[in-house]
Amino acid sequence: MKILVPIKRVVDFNVKVRVKPDGSGVDTANVKMSMNPFDEIAVEEAVRLKERGVATEVVAVSCGVAACQETLRTALAIGADRAILVQADGELEPLAVAKLVAAVAKKEAPQLVILGKQAIDDDANQVGQMVAALLDWPQATFASKVEVAGGKATVKREVDGGLETVELELPAVITTDLRLNEPRYATLPNIMKAKKKPLETLDPAGLGVDVSPRLSTLKVAEPPARKGGGKVADVAELVAKLRNEAKVLP
Amino acid sequence: MILVLAEHDHASIKSATHHAVTAAAKLGGPVHVLVAGHDAAGAAKGAASIAGVAKVLHADAPHLASPTAENLAAQVLAVAPSGYTHLVAPATGQGKNVMPRVAAKLDVAQVSEITAVVSADTFVRPIYAGNAFATVRSGDRVKVLTVRGTAFDAAAGGGAAPVEAVPVAPAVTRGAVVTGQELTKSERPELVGARIVISGGRGLGSGENYRKLLEPLADRLNAALGASRAAVDAGYVPNDYQVGQTGKIVAPELYIAVGISGAIQHLAGMKDSKVIVAINKDAEAPIFQIADYGLVGDLFEILPALTAALPAR
Ligand SMILES: Cc1cc2nc3c(=O)[nH]c(=O)nc-3n(C[C@H](O)[C@H](O)[C@H](O)COP(=O)(O)OP(=O)(O)OC[C@H]3O[C@@H](n4cnc5c(N)ncnc54)[C@H](O)[C@@H]3O)c2cc1C
Ligand SMILES: Nc1ncnc2c1ncn2[C@@H]1O[C@H](COP(=O)(O)O)[C@@H](O)[C@H]1O
Repeated sequence: MKILVPIKRVVDFNVKVRVKPDGSGVDTANVKMSMNPFDEIAVEEAVRLKERGVATEVVAVSCGVAACQETLRTALAIGADRAILVQADGELEPLAVAKLVAAVAKKEAPQLVILGKQAIDDDANQVGQMVAALLDWPQATFASKVEVAGGKATVKREVDGGLETVELELPAVITTDLRLNEPRYATLPNIMKAKKKPLETLDPAGLGVDVSPRLSTLKVAEPPARKGGGKVADVAELVAKLRNEAKVLP
Repeated sequence: MILVLAEHDHASIKSATHHAVTAAAKLGGPVHVLVAGHDAAGAAKGAASIAGVAKVLHADAPHLASPTAENLAAQVLAVAPSGYTHLVAPATGQGKNVMPRVAAKLDVAQVSEITAVVSADTFVRPIYAGNAFATVRSGDRVKVLTVRGTAFDAAAGGGAAPVEAVPVAPAVTRGAVVTGQELTKSERPELVGARIVISGGRGLGSGENYRKLLEPLADRLNAALGASRAAVDAGYVPNDYQVGQTGKIVAPELYIAVGISGAIQHLAGMKDSKVIVAINKDAEAPIFQIADYGLVGDLFEILPALTAALPAR
Protein backbone atom coordinates (compact mmCIF):
# COMPACT_ATOMS: atom_id res chain seq x y z
CA MET A 1 0.00 0.00 0.00
CA LYS A 2 1.28 3.41 -1.00
CA ILE A 3 0.75 6.61 1.00
CA LEU A 4 0.99 10.06 -0.53
CA VAL A 5 1.87 12.91 1.84
CA PRO A 6 1.51 16.49 0.58
CA ILE A 7 3.76 18.88 2.48
CA LYS A 8 4.06 22.64 2.43
CA ARG A 9 7.07 24.85 2.99
CA VAL A 10 6.01 27.66 5.33
CA VAL A 11 7.47 30.36 7.55
CA ASP A 12 8.65 28.60 10.70
CA PHE A 13 6.05 28.61 13.47
CA ASN A 14 8.38 30.43 15.84
CA VAL A 15 8.74 33.46 13.57
CA LYS A 16 6.49 36.43 14.21
CA VAL A 17 5.83 37.68 10.71
CA ARG A 18 5.79 41.34 9.72
CA VAL A 19 3.50 42.94 7.23
CA LYS A 20 5.34 44.74 4.41
CA PRO A 21 5.10 48.53 4.72
CA ASP A 22 3.26 48.79 1.38
CA GLY A 23 0.59 46.37 2.59
CA SER A 24 1.16 43.99 -0.32
CA GLY A 25 1.82 40.97 1.85
CA VAL A 26 3.94 39.50 4.57
CA ASP A 27 7.70 39.84 4.56
CA THR A 28 9.15 36.38 3.94
CA ALA A 29 12.63 37.44 2.82
CA ASN A 30 15.38 36.11 5.09
CA VAL A 31 12.89 34.38 7.33
CA LYS A 32 13.39 30.84 8.56
CA MET A 33 11.32 28.38 6.54
CA SER A 34 10.25 24.92 7.72
CA MET A 35 7.87 22.13 6.98
CA ASN A 36 4.32 22.98 8.06
CA PRO A 37 4.05 21.37 11.55
CA PHE A 38 0.89 19.45 10.68
CA ASP A 39 2.65 18.00 7.65
CA GLU A 40 5.52 16.73 9.79
CA ILE A 41 2.86 14.89 11.73
CA ALA A 42 1.46 13.53 8.46
CA VAL A 43 4.87 12.30 7.32
CA GLU A 44 5.49 10.74 10.74
CA GLU A 45 2.16 8.93 10.65
CA ALA A 46 2.81 7.57 7.17
CA VAL A 47 6.29 6.40 8.15
CA ARG A 48 4.87 4.69 11.25
CA LEU A 49 2.31 2.90 9.09
CA LYS A 50 5.19 1.69 6.96
CA GLU A 51 7.19 0.61 10.00
CA ARG A 52 4.16 -1.34 11.21
CA GLY A 53 4.05 -3.15 7.90
CA VAL A 54 0.77 -1.58 6.83
CA ALA A 55 2.25 0.62 4.12
CA THR A 56 4.95 -0.29 1.66
CA GLU A 57 5.89 3.09 0.25
CA VAL A 58 5.64 6.71 1.41
CA VAL A 59 5.77 9.41 -1.25
CA ALA A 60 6.05 13.07 -0.23
CA VAL A 61 4.84 15.75 -2.61
CA SER A 62 5.23 19.50 -2.39
CA CYS A 63 3.89 22.15 -4.74
CA GLY A 64 5.75 25.42 -5.06
CA VAL A 65 9.13 26.97 -5.72
CA ALA A 66 12.38 25.04 -6.20
CA ALA A 67 13.31 25.62 -2.54
CA CYS A 68 10.55 23.18 -1.55
CA GLN A 69 13.15 20.54 -2.34
CA GLU A 70 14.66 21.25 1.07
CA THR A 71 11.35 20.53 2.71
CA LEU A 72 11.01 17.35 0.70
CA ARG A 73 14.50 16.30 1.84
CA THR A 74 13.33 16.72 5.41
CA ALA A 75 10.43 14.38 4.70
CA LEU A 76 12.85 11.89 3.17
CA ALA A 77 15.03 12.15 6.27
CA ILE A 78 12.05 11.38 8.50
CA GLY A 79 11.51 8.25 6.43
CA ALA A 80 9.61 8.95 3.21
CA ASP A 81 10.90 6.80 0.32
CA ARG A 82 10.76 9.27 -2.52
CA ALA A 83 9.62 12.78 -3.29
CA ILE A 84 7.85 14.74 -5.97
CA LEU A 85 8.18 18.47 -6.47
CA VAL A 86 5.44 20.06 -8.51
CA GLN A 87 7.30 23.19 -9.41
CA ALA A 88 5.32 26.39 -9.77
CA ASP A 89 6.54 29.90 -9.17
CA GLY A 90 3.49 32.03 -8.43
CA GLU A 91 1.40 31.76 -5.29
CA LEU A 92 -0.72 28.61 -5.24
CA GLU A 93 -4.19 28.81 -3.72
CA PRO A 94 -5.62 25.80 -1.88
CA LEU A 95 -7.87 24.84 -4.82
CA ALA A 96 -4.87 24.79 -7.17
CA VAL A 97 -2.82 22.72 -4.71
CA ALA A 98 -5.74 20.32 -4.31
CA LYS A 99 -5.97 19.86 -8.07
CA LEU A 100 -2.22 19.22 -8.31
CA VAL A 101 -2.33 16.72 -5.45
CA ALA A 102 -5.37 15.01 -6.97
CA ALA A 103 -3.54 14.77 -10.32
CA VAL A 104 -0.48 13.26 -8.65
CA ALA A 105 -2.77 10.86 -6.77
CA LYS A 106 -4.32 9.72 -10.04
CA LYS A 107 -0.84 9.01 -11.37
CA GLU A 108 0.50 7.34 -8.24
CA ALA A 109 -2.69 5.54 -7.14
CA PRO A 110 -2.02 5.63 -3.39
CA GLN A 111 -4.45 4.02 -0.94
CA LEU A 112 -4.13 6.92 1.45
CA VAL A 113 -3.39 10.61 1.14
CA ILE A 114 -2.40 12.05 4.52
CA LEU A 115 -2.21 15.84 4.74
CA GLY A 116 -1.92 18.42 7.48
CA LYS A 117 -5.23 19.88 8.61
CA GLN A 118 -4.04 23.42 8.05
CA ALA A 119 -1.08 25.32 6.70
CA ILE A 120 0.05 27.77 9.37
CA ASP A 121 0.69 30.55 6.86
CA ASP A 122 -2.62 30.81 4.99
CA ASP A 123 -4.58 29.08 7.80
CA ALA A 124 -6.96 27.90 5.07
CA ASN A 125 -7.79 24.39 6.28
CA GLN A 126 -9.05 23.37 2.84
CA VAL A 127 -6.69 21.27 0.75
CA GLY A 128 -7.40 17.83 2.24
CA GLN A 129 -11.16 18.21 1.98
CA MET A 130 -10.79 19.50 -1.59
CA VAL A 131 -8.56 16.60 -2.61
CA ALA A 132 -11.15 14.18 -1.22
CA ALA A 133 -13.90 15.94 -3.16
CA LEU A 134 -11.94 16.02 -6.41
CA LEU A 135 -11.13 12.31 -6.16
CA ASP A 136 -14.54 11.43 -4.73
CA TRP A 137 -12.83 9.67 -1.85
CA PRO A 138 -14.03 9.55 1.75
CA GLN A 139 -12.33 11.91 4.17
CA ALA A 140 -11.46 12.06 7.85
CA THR A 141 -10.22 15.47 8.86
CA PHE A 142 -8.55 16.45 12.17
CA ALA A 143 -7.34 12.92 12.97
CA SER A 144 -5.97 12.16 16.42
CA LYS A 145 -5.71 8.39 15.89
CA VAL A 146 -5.43 6.30 12.74
CA GLU A 147 -5.65 2.54 12.31
CA VAL A 148 -5.51 0.80 8.97
CA ALA A 149 -6.56 -2.81 8.45
CA GLY A 150 -8.58 -4.89 6.03
CA GLY A 151 -8.90 -2.20 3.38
CA LYS A 152 -10.29 0.27 5.88
CA ALA A 153 -9.03 3.14 7.95
CA THR A 154 -10.55 3.78 11.35
CA VAL A 155 -9.96 7.34 12.42
CA LYS A 156 -10.66 9.21 15.64
CA ARG A 157 -11.33 12.81 14.71
CA GLU A 158 -11.40 15.90 16.86
CA VAL A 159 -14.79 17.57 16.66
CA ASP A 160 -16.10 20.63 18.51
CA GLY A 161 -17.69 18.62 21.30
CA GLY A 162 -15.02 15.93 21.73
CA LEU A 163 -14.11 12.99 19.53
CA GLU A 164 -15.82 11.13 16.71
CA THR A 165 -14.80 7.81 15.19
CA VAL A 166 -15.24 7.24 11.47
CA GLU A 167 -14.52 4.35 9.15
CA LEU A 168 -13.24 4.98 5.66
CA GLU A 169 -13.01 2.50 2.85
CA LEU A 170 -9.67 2.92 1.10
CA PRO A 171 -8.56 4.82 -0.90
CA ALA A 172 -9.23 7.76 1.39
CA VAL A 173 -7.99 11.12 2.58
CA ILE A 174 -6.94 11.90 6.16
CA THR A 175 -5.85 15.24 7.64
CA THR A 176 -3.81 15.37 10.84
CA ASP A 177 -4.43 17.15 14.11
CA LEU A 178 -1.67 17.97 16.58
CA ARG A 179 -2.24 15.05 18.90
CA LEU A 180 -1.95 12.33 16.27
CA ASN A 181 1.73 11.77 17.05
CA GLU A 182 4.96 13.49 17.94
CA PRO A 183 7.24 13.62 14.91
CA ARG A 184 10.75 12.26 15.35
CA TYR A 185 13.85 14.31 14.73
CA ALA A 186 15.71 13.34 11.61
CA THR A 187 19.07 11.84 12.59
CA LEU A 188 22.26 12.80 10.80
CA PRO A 189 22.67 9.40 9.07
CA ASN A 190 19.07 9.65 7.85
CA ILE A 191 19.65 13.19 6.61
CA MET A 192 22.64 11.86 4.64
CA LYS A 193 20.60 8.95 3.30
CA ALA A 194 17.81 11.32 2.29
CA LYS A 195 20.16 13.08 -0.10
CA LYS A 196 20.33 9.93 -2.20
CA LYS A 197 16.62 9.19 -2.29
CA PRO A 198 14.82 9.93 -5.56
CA LEU A 199 13.26 13.36 -6.07
CA GLU A 200 11.27 13.86 -9.24
CA THR A 201 10.15 17.24 -10.59
CA LEU A 202 6.83 17.76 -12.37
CA ASP A 203 4.99 20.87 -13.43
CA PRO A 204 1.33 21.92 -13.39
CA ALA A 205 1.02 21.97 -17.19
CA GLY A 206 2.37 18.43 -17.41
CA LEU A 207 -0.29 17.36 -14.92
CA GLY A 208 -2.94 19.21 -16.93
CA VAL A 209 -3.81 21.54 -14.08
CA ASP A 210 -4.67 25.22 -14.44
CA VAL A 211 -3.35 26.94 -11.33
CA SER A 212 -4.43 30.49 -12.10
CA PRO A 213 -5.60 32.25 -8.96
CA ARG A 214 -9.27 32.83 -8.20
CA LEU A 215 -8.67 35.37 -5.46
CA SER A 216 -6.81 38.64 -5.52
CA THR A 217 -5.29 40.05 -2.38
CA LEU A 218 -6.10 43.75 -2.22
CA LYS A 219 -4.13 44.43 0.91
CA VAL A 220 -2.56 42.89 3.97
CA ALA A 221 -2.61 44.76 7.27
CA GLU A 222 -1.51 44.23 10.84
CA PRO A 223 -4.27 43.71 13.34
CA PRO A 224 -5.00 46.66 15.61
CA ALA A 225 -2.49 46.47 18.43
CA ARG A 226 -3.92 45.59 21.79
CA LYS A 227 -2.77 47.83 24.55
CA GLY A 228 -1.96 45.46 27.34
CA GLY A 229 0.73 45.48 29.93
CA GLY A 230 -1.41 46.61 32.85
CA LYS A 231 -0.54 45.05 36.20
CA VAL A 232 -2.31 44.67 39.50
CA ALA A 233 -0.62 44.09 42.84
CA ASP A 234 -2.89 41.48 44.35
CA VAL A 235 -6.19 39.65 44.22
CA ALA A 236 -8.08 42.43 45.98
CA GLU A 237 -6.98 45.00 43.43
CA LEU A 238 -7.78 42.60 40.58
CA VAL A 239 -11.33 42.01 41.79
CA ALA A 240 -11.88 45.72 42.42
CA LYS A 241 -10.65 46.64 38.92
CA LEU A 242 -12.74 43.95 37.25
CA ARG A 243 -15.81 45.29 39.06
CA ASN A 244 -15.35 49.03 38.93
CA GLU A 245 -13.11 49.73 35.97
CA ALA A 246 -13.73 46.91 33.48
CA LYS A 247 -17.27 46.32 34.81
CA VAL A 248 -17.18 42.63 33.89
CA LEU A 249 -18.06 41.42 37.36
CA PRO A 250 -21.22 42.30 39.27
CA MET B 1 -29.49 34.85 -2.65
CA ILE B 2 -27.37 33.60 0.18
CA LEU B 3 -27.41 30.15 1.73
CA VAL B 4 -26.20 29.56 5.29
CA LEU B 5 -25.50 26.00 6.41
CA ALA B 6 -26.90 25.76 9.93
CA GLU B 7 -25.02 24.44 12.93
CA HIS B 8 -27.47 22.60 15.16
CA ASP B 9 -28.01 19.55 17.31
CA HIS B 10 -31.29 18.59 15.57
CA ALA B 11 -33.40 19.70 18.52
CA SER B 12 -32.19 23.28 18.50
CA ILE B 13 -30.13 25.74 16.53
CA LYS B 14 -26.65 26.71 17.73
CA SER B 15 -25.48 30.25 18.24
CA ALA B 16 -22.76 29.81 15.59
CA THR B 17 -25.61 29.96 13.07
CA HIS B 18 -26.75 33.33 14.43
CA HIS B 19 -23.28 34.79 13.94
CA ALA B 20 -23.06 33.40 10.40
CA VAL B 21 -26.47 34.91 9.55
CA THR B 22 -25.20 38.34 10.58
CA ALA B 23 -22.26 37.98 8.20
CA ALA B 24 -24.56 36.66 5.46
CA ALA B 25 -26.90 39.61 5.83
CA LYS B 26 -24.03 41.95 4.93
CA LEU B 27 -23.60 40.26 1.54
CA GLY B 28 -26.81 41.73 0.10
CA GLY B 29 -29.76 39.56 -0.87
CA PRO B 30 -32.21 37.32 0.94
CA VAL B 31 -30.66 34.92 3.45
CA HIS B 32 -31.81 31.29 3.49
CA VAL B 33 -30.74 28.78 6.10
CA LEU B 34 -30.29 25.08 5.32
CA VAL B 35 -31.02 22.77 8.24
CA ALA B 36 -29.80 19.29 7.29
CA GLY B 37 -30.45 16.74 10.00
CA HIS B 38 -32.66 14.00 11.31
CA ASP B 39 -35.84 14.70 13.29
CA ALA B 40 -34.61 18.26 13.13
CA ALA B 41 -37.91 20.14 13.15
CA GLY B 42 -36.78 21.83 16.37
CA ALA B 43 -33.64 23.13 14.74
CA ALA B 44 -35.59 24.26 11.67
CA LYS B 45 -37.98 26.15 13.91
CA GLY B 46 -35.01 27.71 15.69
CA ALA B 47 -33.52 28.80 12.37
CA ALA B 48 -36.85 30.30 11.30
CA SER B 49 -36.87 32.50 14.37
CA ILE B 50 -33.51 34.15 13.57
CA ALA B 51 -34.11 37.76 12.58
CA GLY B 52 -33.17 38.45 8.96
CA VAL B 53 -33.74 34.93 7.68
CA ALA B 54 -36.11 34.89 4.68
CA LYS B 55 -36.57 31.13 4.40
CA VAL B 56 -35.47 27.90 6.02
CA LEU B 57 -34.74 24.83 3.87
CA HIS B 58 -35.18 21.67 5.89
CA ALA B 59 -33.66 18.38 4.69
CA ASP B 60 -34.46 15.51 7.01
CA ALA B 61 -33.17 11.96 6.72
CA PRO B 62 -31.61 9.24 8.91
CA HIS B 63 -28.25 9.56 7.13
CA LEU B 64 -28.11 13.19 8.26
CA ALA B 65 -28.33 12.21 11.94
CA SER B 66 -24.53 12.25 12.40
CA PRO B 67 -23.79 13.95 9.16
CA THR B 68 -20.49 13.28 7.44
CA ALA B 69 -18.74 15.84 5.26
CA GLU B 70 -19.64 13.74 2.23
CA ASN B 71 -23.37 13.71 2.95
CA LEU B 72 -23.61 17.32 4.11
CA ALA B 73 -21.68 18.56 1.10
CA ALA B 74 -23.98 16.56 -1.16
CA GLN B 75 -26.99 18.18 0.51
CA VAL B 76 -25.57 21.68 0.10
CA LEU B 77 -24.74 20.92 -3.54
CA ALA B 78 -28.26 19.65 -4.12
CA VAL B 79 -29.80 23.00 -3.17
CA ALA B 80 -26.96 25.27 -4.34
CA PRO B 81 -28.06 25.53 -8.01
CA SER B 82 -31.28 27.36 -7.15
CA GLY B 83 -29.58 30.71 -7.65
CA TYR B 84 -27.35 31.12 -4.61
CA THR B 85 -24.48 33.56 -5.05
CA HIS B 86 -22.90 32.79 -1.68
CA LEU B 87 -22.66 29.57 0.31
CA VAL B 88 -21.82 30.36 3.91
CA ALA B 89 -21.11 28.27 7.01
CA PRO B 90 -19.84 29.05 10.48
CA ALA B 91 -16.12 28.24 10.79
CA THR B 92 -16.82 25.44 13.24
CA GLY B 93 -15.44 21.92 13.08
CA GLN B 94 -18.38 21.04 10.86
CA GLY B 95 -18.15 24.07 8.58
CA LYS B 96 -14.41 23.52 8.10
CA ASN B 97 -14.99 19.87 7.30
CA VAL B 98 -17.76 20.38 4.76
CA MET B 99 -17.37 23.64 2.88
CA PRO B 100 -14.04 22.99 1.09
CA ARG B 101 -15.68 19.87 -0.38
CA VAL B 102 -18.51 22.02 -1.66
CA ALA B 103 -16.11 24.59 -3.10
CA ALA B 104 -13.98 21.98 -4.87
CA LYS B 105 -17.05 20.34 -6.40
CA LEU B 106 -18.15 23.74 -7.71
CA ASP B 107 -14.61 24.49 -8.86
CA VAL B 108 -14.49 27.72 -6.86
CA ALA B 109 -12.19 29.02 -4.14
CA GLN B 110 -13.20 29.05 -0.51
CA VAL B 111 -12.47 32.09 1.63
CA SER B 112 -11.87 30.72 5.13
CA GLU B 113 -12.84 32.31 8.45
CA ILE B 114 -13.81 35.75 7.24
CA THR B 115 -13.81 38.45 9.90
CA ALA B 116 -15.37 41.24 7.84
CA VAL B 117 -17.46 41.69 4.72
CA VAL B 118 -16.19 44.61 2.64
CA SER B 119 -18.58 44.01 -0.24
CA ALA B 120 -20.35 41.09 -1.88
CA ASP B 121 -17.06 39.84 -3.35
CA THR B 122 -14.46 41.22 -0.94
CA PHE B 123 -13.69 39.87 2.50
CA VAL B 124 -11.16 40.22 5.30
CA ARG B 125 -9.57 37.11 6.80
CA PRO B 126 -6.75 36.36 9.22
CA ILE B 127 -3.51 34.73 8.08
CA TYR B 128 -0.40 33.71 10.03
CA ALA B 129 -2.27 33.00 13.25
CA GLY B 130 -3.97 36.38 13.10
CA ASN B 131 -0.69 38.29 12.90
CA ALA B 132 -1.93 39.73 9.63
CA PHE B 133 -5.29 40.29 7.99
CA ALA B 134 -5.71 39.96 4.25
CA THR B 135 -8.41 41.68 2.23
CA VAL B 136 -9.23 39.35 -0.65
CA ARG B 137 -11.55 39.61 -3.61
CA SER B 138 -13.06 36.53 -5.14
CA GLY B 139 -13.62 36.41 -8.88
CA ASP B 140 -15.63 33.19 -8.74
CA ARG B 141 -19.29 33.12 -9.70
CA VAL B 142 -20.24 31.47 -6.40
CA LYS B 143 -18.49 32.50 -3.22
CA VAL B 144 -17.94 29.84 -0.60
CA LEU B 145 -17.23 31.37 2.80
CA THR B 146 -16.72 30.26 6.37
CA VAL B 147 -17.35 32.83 9.07
CA ARG B 148 -15.44 33.46 12.27
CA GLY B 149 -18.22 33.79 14.82
CA THR B 150 -16.40 36.12 17.19
CA ALA B 151 -16.13 38.74 14.44
CA PHE B 152 -19.87 39.12 13.91
CA ASP B 153 -22.61 39.75 16.49
CA ALA B 154 -25.26 37.10 16.91
CA ALA B 155 -28.41 37.85 14.92
CA ALA B 156 -31.40 38.47 17.15
CA GLY B 157 -34.41 36.21 17.54
CA GLY B 158 -38.00 37.15 16.86
CA GLY B 159 -38.11 36.23 13.18
CA ALA B 160 -40.77 34.04 11.61
CA ALA B 161 -39.45 32.70 8.33
CA PRO B 162 -41.28 29.96 6.46
CA VAL B 163 -39.81 26.45 6.66
CA GLU B 164 -39.77 24.51 3.41
CA ALA B 165 -38.98 20.81 3.22
CA VAL B 166 -36.43 20.20 0.46
CA PRO B 167 -35.58 16.95 -1.30
CA VAL B 168 -32.92 14.96 0.50
CA ALA B 169 -29.73 14.21 -1.42
CA PRO B 170 -29.13 10.44 -1.40
CA ALA B 171 -26.47 9.16 0.99
CA VAL B 172 -23.03 9.15 -0.63
CA THR B 173 -21.95 5.56 -1.20
CA ARG B 174 -18.22 6.08 -0.87
CA GLY B 175 -18.25 8.23 2.20
CA ALA B 176 -16.99 8.06 5.77
CA VAL B 177 -19.21 6.18 8.20
CA VAL B 178 -19.55 7.47 11.75
CA THR B 179 -19.16 4.56 14.17
CA GLY B 180 -18.75 6.29 17.50
CA GLN B 181 -18.72 9.52 19.46
CA GLU B 182 -17.15 10.54 22.74
CA LEU B 183 -18.59 13.91 23.56
CA THR B 184 -17.38 15.90 26.53
CA LYS B 185 -20.27 16.42 28.91
CA SER B 186 -20.40 19.62 30.85
CA GLU B 187 -22.93 21.68 32.74
CA ARG B 188 -20.89 24.77 32.02
CA PRO B 189 -21.45 27.25 29.21
CA GLU B 190 -19.96 26.26 25.87
CA LEU B 191 -16.44 27.58 25.35
CA VAL B 192 -17.33 29.36 22.13
CA GLY B 193 -19.88 32.02 23.01
CA ALA B 194 -19.35 32.04 26.78
CA ARG B 195 -19.32 35.46 28.49
CA ILE B 196 -16.40 34.47 30.70
CA VAL B 197 -13.66 31.96 29.86
CA ILE B 198 -10.99 30.66 32.23
CA SER B 199 -8.13 28.83 30.54
CA GLY B 200 -5.38 26.85 32.19
CA GLY B 201 -1.93 26.03 30.84
CA ARG B 202 1.06 23.93 31.64
CA GLY B 203 1.59 25.96 34.81
CA LEU B 204 -1.25 24.01 36.44
CA GLY B 205 1.00 20.97 36.52
CA SER B 206 -1.67 18.27 36.38
CA GLY B 207 -5.25 17.52 35.48
CA GLU B 208 -6.02 17.19 39.14
CA ASN B 209 -4.72 20.68 39.87
CA TYR B 210 -6.59 21.99 36.87
CA ARG B 211 -9.88 20.67 38.23
CA LYS B 212 -9.18 21.54 41.84
CA LEU B 213 -8.19 25.13 41.14
CA LEU B 214 -10.13 26.19 38.05
CA GLU B 215 -13.50 24.50 38.54
CA PRO B 216 -14.45 26.31 41.76
CA LEU B 217 -13.53 29.62 40.15
CA ALA B 218 -15.50 28.74 37.03
CA ASP B 219 -18.48 27.84 39.23
CA ARG B 220 -18.46 31.24 40.90
CA LEU B 221 -18.22 33.10 37.60
CA ASN B 222 -20.46 30.76 35.57
CA ALA B 223 -17.51 30.59 33.20
CA ALA B 224 -16.53 28.16 30.46
CA LEU B 225 -13.23 26.33 30.80
CA GLY B 226 -10.49 26.32 28.18
CA ALA B 227 -6.85 25.39 27.92
CA SER B 228 -3.59 25.88 26.10
CA ARG B 229 -2.32 23.20 23.81
CA ALA B 230 0.35 22.26 26.31
CA ALA B 231 -2.36 21.49 28.89
CA VAL B 232 -4.27 19.41 26.36
CA ASP B 233 -1.15 17.59 25.20
CA ALA B 234 -0.25 16.78 28.78
CA GLY B 235 -3.70 15.25 29.19
CA TYR B 236 -5.03 17.67 31.84
CA VAL B 237 -8.21 18.19 29.81
CA PRO B 238 -9.82 16.86 26.60
CA ASN B 239 -8.85 18.22 23.20
CA ASP B 240 -12.00 20.24 22.72
CA TYR B 241 -10.82 22.63 25.46
CA GLN B 242 -7.98 23.97 23.29
CA VAL B 243 -8.03 27.67 22.52
CA GLY B 244 -5.82 29.01 19.74
CA GLN B 245 -4.80 29.13 16.12
CA THR B 246 -5.59 25.48 15.70
CA GLY B 247 -8.16 25.16 18.46
CA LYS B 248 -11.19 27.26 19.24
CA ILE B 249 -11.44 30.99 18.70
CA VAL B 250 -13.07 32.83 21.58
CA ALA B 251 -13.74 36.47 22.35
CA PRO B 252 -15.54 36.60 25.69
CA GLU B 253 -16.07 39.70 27.79
CA LEU B 254 -13.55 38.34 30.26
CA TYR B 255 -10.71 35.88 29.56
CA ILE B 256 -8.59 34.67 32.44
CA ALA B 257 -5.34 32.95 31.42
CA VAL B 258 -3.82 30.93 34.24
CA GLY B 259 -0.31 29.48 33.95
CA ILE B 260 -0.22 30.17 30.21
CA SER B 261 2.88 31.77 28.71
CA GLY B 262 1.15 33.42 25.75
CA ALA B 263 2.60 31.77 22.62
CA ILE B 264 1.35 33.42 19.42
CA GLN B 265 -0.64 30.28 18.61
CA HIS B 266 -2.55 30.67 21.87
CA LEU B 267 -3.02 34.42 21.50
CA ALA B 268 -4.51 33.82 18.05
CA GLY B 269 -7.50 32.22 19.74
CA MET B 270 -8.24 34.76 22.47
CA LYS B 271 -6.70 38.16 21.88
CA ASP B 272 -9.99 39.66 20.73
CA SER B 273 -11.45 39.13 24.21
CA LYS B 274 -12.77 42.34 25.69
CA VAL B 275 -10.86 42.11 28.97
CA ILE B 276 -7.87 39.82 29.50
CA VAL B 277 -6.52 38.79 32.89
CA ALA B 278 -3.23 36.90 33.12
CA ILE B 279 -1.95 35.05 36.15
CA ASN B 280 1.63 33.88 35.78
CA LYS B 281 4.67 33.66 38.04
CA ASP B 282 7.00 34.83 35.28
CA ALA B 283 6.76 38.61 34.97
CA GLU B 284 8.34 38.36 31.51
CA ALA B 285 5.72 35.97 30.12
CA PRO B 286 4.45 37.32 26.77
CA ILE B 287 0.84 36.93 27.91
CA PHE B 288 1.31 40.05 30.05
CA GLN B 289 1.93 42.15 26.94
CA ILE B 290 -1.68 41.73 25.90
CA ALA B 291 -3.30 41.44 29.32
CA ASP B 292 -5.32 44.33 30.71
CA TYR B 293 -4.75 43.09 34.23
CA GLY B 294 -1.65 41.06 34.87
CA LEU B 295 -1.04 39.48 38.24
CA VAL B 296 2.47 38.16 38.76
CA GLY B 297 2.62 35.36 41.25
CA ASP B 298 2.10 31.73 42.09
CA LEU B 299 -1.21 30.48 40.75
CA PHE B 300 -1.46 27.95 43.55
CA GLU B 301 -1.82 30.86 46.00
CA ILE B 302 -3.67 33.29 43.77
CA LEU B 303 -6.47 31.04 42.56
CA PRO B 304 -7.86 29.98 45.94
CA ALA B 305 -7.71 33.61 47.08
CA LEU B 306 -9.44 34.82 43.94
CA THR B 307 -12.18 32.20 44.27
CA ALA B 308 -12.67 33.14 47.90
CA ALA B 309 -12.95 36.83 47.00
CA LEU B 310 -15.91 36.20 44.72
CA PRO B 311 -19.43 35.60 45.97
CA ALA B 312 -20.87 32.11 45.59
CA ARG B 313 -23.66 32.04 43.02
C1 LIG C 1 1.30 24.28 14.59
C2 LIG C 1 1.10 24.67 16.02
C3 LIG C 1 -0.15 24.99 16.44
C4 LIG C 1 -0.38 25.34 17.77
N1 LIG C 1 -1.66 25.66 18.15
C5 LIG C 1 -1.87 26.03 19.43
C6 LIG C 1 -3.18 26.40 19.87
O1 LIG C 1 -4.16 26.38 19.11
N2 LIG C 1 -3.34 26.77 21.16
C7 LIG C 1 -2.29 26.81 22.04
O2 LIG C 1 -2.52 27.15 23.21
N3 LIG C 1 -1.06 26.45 21.66
C8 LIG C 1 -0.83 26.06 20.38
N4 LIG C 1 0.44 25.69 20.01
C9 LIG C 1 1.48 25.54 21.07
C10 LIG C 1 2.12 26.84 21.48
O3 LIG C 1 3.19 27.13 20.60
C11 LIG C 1 2.66 26.72 22.93
O4 LIG C 1 3.56 25.64 22.98
C12 LIG C 1 1.58 26.50 23.98
O5 LIG C 1 0.55 27.45 23.82
C13 LIG C 1 2.19 26.62 25.37
O6 LIG C 1 1.24 26.34 26.36
P1 LIG C 1 1.39 26.93 27.83
O7 LIG C 1 1.41 28.41 27.78
O8 LIG C 1 0.35 26.28 28.68
O9 LIG C 1 2.78 26.31 28.31
P2 LIG C 1 4.15 27.03 28.60
O10 LIG C 1 4.60 27.84 27.46
O11 LIG C 1 5.05 25.97 29.12
O12 LIG C 1 3.82 28.05 29.75
C14 LIG C 1 3.51 27.70 31.06
C15 LIG C 1 3.46 28.99 31.87
O13 LIG C 1 3.03 28.69 33.20
C16 LIG C 1 3.73 29.55 34.09
N5 LIG C 1 3.74 28.90 35.41
C17 LIG C 1 4.34 27.74 35.77
N6 LIG C 1 4.10 27.47 37.08
C18 LIG C 1 3.35 28.50 37.54
C19 LIG C 1 2.81 28.79 38.83
N7 LIG C 1 2.97 27.98 39.87
N8 LIG C 1 2.11 29.94 38.97
C20 LIG C 1 1.93 30.77 37.91
N9 LIG C 1 2.42 30.54 36.68
C21 LIG C 1 3.12 29.41 36.50
C22 LIG C 1 5.11 29.67 33.47
O14 LIG C 1 5.73 30.88 33.92
C23 LIG C 1 4.80 29.69 31.99
O15 LIG C 1 4.67 31.01 31.48
C24 LIG C 1 0.69 25.35 18.70
C25 LIG C 1 1.96 25.03 18.27
C26 LIG C 1 2.18 24.68 16.94
C27 LIG C 1 3.56 24.33 16.51
N1 LIG D 1 1.88 23.98 -1.65
C1 LIG D 1 1.57 22.80 -1.08
N2 LIG D 1 2.22 21.67 -1.42
C2 LIG D 1 1.92 20.48 -0.87
N3 LIG D 1 0.97 20.33 0.07
C3 LIG D 1 0.29 21.42 0.46
C4 LIG D 1 0.53 22.71 -0.08
N4 LIG D 1 -0.31 23.59 0.49
C5 LIG D 1 -1.06 22.88 1.37
N5 LIG D 1 -0.70 21.58 1.35
C6 LIG D 1 -1.27 20.47 2.18
O1 LIG D 1 -2.58 20.81 2.55
C7 LIG D 1 -2.69 20.96 3.95
C8 LIG D 1 -3.71 22.02 4.31
O2 LIG D 1 -3.34 23.27 3.80
P1 LIG D 1 -4.33 24.53 3.73
O3 LIG D 1 -5.62 24.03 3.21
O4 LIG D 1 -3.65 25.49 2.79
O5 LIG D 1 -4.44 25.07 5.13
C9 LIG D 1 -1.27 21.21 4.41
O6 LIG D 1 -1.11 20.84 5.76
C10 LIG D 1 -0.49 20.32 3.46
O7 LIG D 1 -0.56 18.96 3.85
